[in-house]
Amino acid sequence: MRRALWHTIDHGKGARRQLWNDGLSVDLGELSAGSCFYNRIDCLRGRSVVIATQSQLAAAIALVELDGVAGRLILCPPDLSADHMSAIITRADVTAIVTDREDSDTAQAGTEIFTLRTSHIVPASHPARDTATDWVLLTSGTAGVPKMVVHTLSTLMGAIDSEQAPTTSSTWATFYDVRRYGGLQILLRSLAGGGSMVMSGTGQPPADFLAEAIARGATRISGTPSHWRRVLMSPAARQRAPDYVRLSGEIADQAVLDSLKAFFPRSRIAHAFASTEAGVAFEVQDGLSGFPAALLDRHDGCVRMKIEDGSLRIQSPRAARRYLGNEGALRDEDGFVDTGDMIERRGDRCYFVGRRGGVINVGGLKVHPEEIEAVINRHPSIELSRVAARRNPITGAIVVAEVVVRASQSSAASPNEIEALKMDIVAFCRQGLPPHKVPSAIRIVPSLEVAASGKLVRAVA
Amino acid sequence: MFVREIIFEQLTQVATEQNKIVPELSDEVVLLDSDLDSLCFAILVARLEDILGFDPFSSADELRFPTTVGELVALYETPR
Repeated sequence: MRRALWHTIDHGKGARRQLWNDGLSVDLGELSAGSCFYNRIDCLRGRSVVIATQSQLAAAIALVELDGVAGRLILCPPDLSADHMSAIITRADVTAIVTDREDSDTAQAGTEIFTLRTSHIVPASHPARDTATDWVLLTSGTAGVPKMVVHTLSTLMGAIDSEQAPTTSSTWATFYDVRRYGGLQILLRSLAGGGSMVMSGTGQPPADFLAEAIARGATRISGTPSHWRRVLMSPAARQRAPDYVRLSGEIADQAVLDSLKAFFPRSRIAHAFASTEAGVAFEVQDGLSGFPAALLDRHDGCVRMKIEDGSLRIQSPRAARRYLGNEGALRDEDGFVDTGDMIERRGDRCYFVGRRGGVINVGGLKVHPEEIEAVINRHPSIELSRVAARRNPITGAIVVAEVVVRASQSSAASPNEIEALKMDIVAFCRQGLPPHKVPSAIRIVPSLEVAASGKLVRAVA
Repeated sequence: MFVREIIFEQLTQVATEQNKIVPELSDEVVLLDSDLDSLCFAILVARLEDILGFDPFSSADELRFPTTVGELVALYETPR
């Protein structure tokens, strides 16, 4: 029989389990005896449902209650525009919208609104949860209507069943939003593992969230390298070490791994590779950036990986089933998903060097911004950097860099010291990079923007 | 400072940074014969744009690429 997400909370025994978000919480034991939908769940049976809530908590509850009931659940990230919402409603044949807003004006022709109140669990009988629900995630990033990526609970849970023993009832926390793949993985891990979860608050600074998560008992915390770099910028965060620090969603370079190890010396630090389309592929725990080339030759009947045209391709039961709509094929002829993440093999190790679309062409030589950032980020005075192309009439483009200086170094620097630092960074790059990859100009900036997805914002080339 | 001096100063600077032989700074020196490569010129043009506020390579309708140091200087000295 199909096991719905609901059954991960339906224990009625053991420790109290909770989901926290923005000062609110839901007790999973209470939820297992009731509903936040006022007994209207059966009205959603078999339908194509958009989950468009303001809070992550409401979205999480909707998933728990509706998996196995709805035919299709479409999970909207918080920053989805109204235009994109309309397009999604049309393309995915949506007939119902789940919201947590009292003043909901999101109703559109042919759709019905279902309001969910996380603060009102009412006693309810349990509907049958035997529908094979499609889970639809939206991919973030580029312009245009987001792609709709179709998963099932089993593709989403594939990495969890094999990674985690069923008895680990840890409390998890993530800087990610649970409405995106990275955050959803953590929600599912905490539910499947019999644990609790702390979700990040709207606009909550990463170091504050870390403090809240640890105070609520979270021991396993995940985020992007950008999230973690922000934590590293707050010295107070040092006193609150998680047991397990997980990085994913961006390249975990050696500098961020080393800094985290020095910052949280007793924590286990791992970086994972996953994408919305390809699913979770692997986790690396040796403290080194990149991954062992041996993973490429692995045939354990689960995830297979290869490099073709320079990019990582993944064949996996955890990969999404397909795209919804006319987005083309998700897999190549051999069943591999092209991640678009470019790999460079050095000896017995593979390194991520950047995205295929992000390449800067300097006089015919290809440059990935990320490989230069990885070098700059190793400079002792630098917290974070972003490399971009500057248009050039001679070579088409040249490479320039913006850097954020470590808090301990930035105060009261004289103009001469700033110039000296810039020259030092250039000299530092020259040691590790060929000339066309050395930034021709360095600009010191107070901060660099991180998108809602937790990734560094890059200009579209 | 005259445009010519700025160009000579930046040429020297870029060549030094790129570990190239600093060319003899006279009008007759043929650019292709110097040790400077296209990356050096790319960086030079970007620096001069920052200092002088324009890039003659991008703004000219009909551009004759300079072959000598003198022609390079003339490109920047042309009133616009």
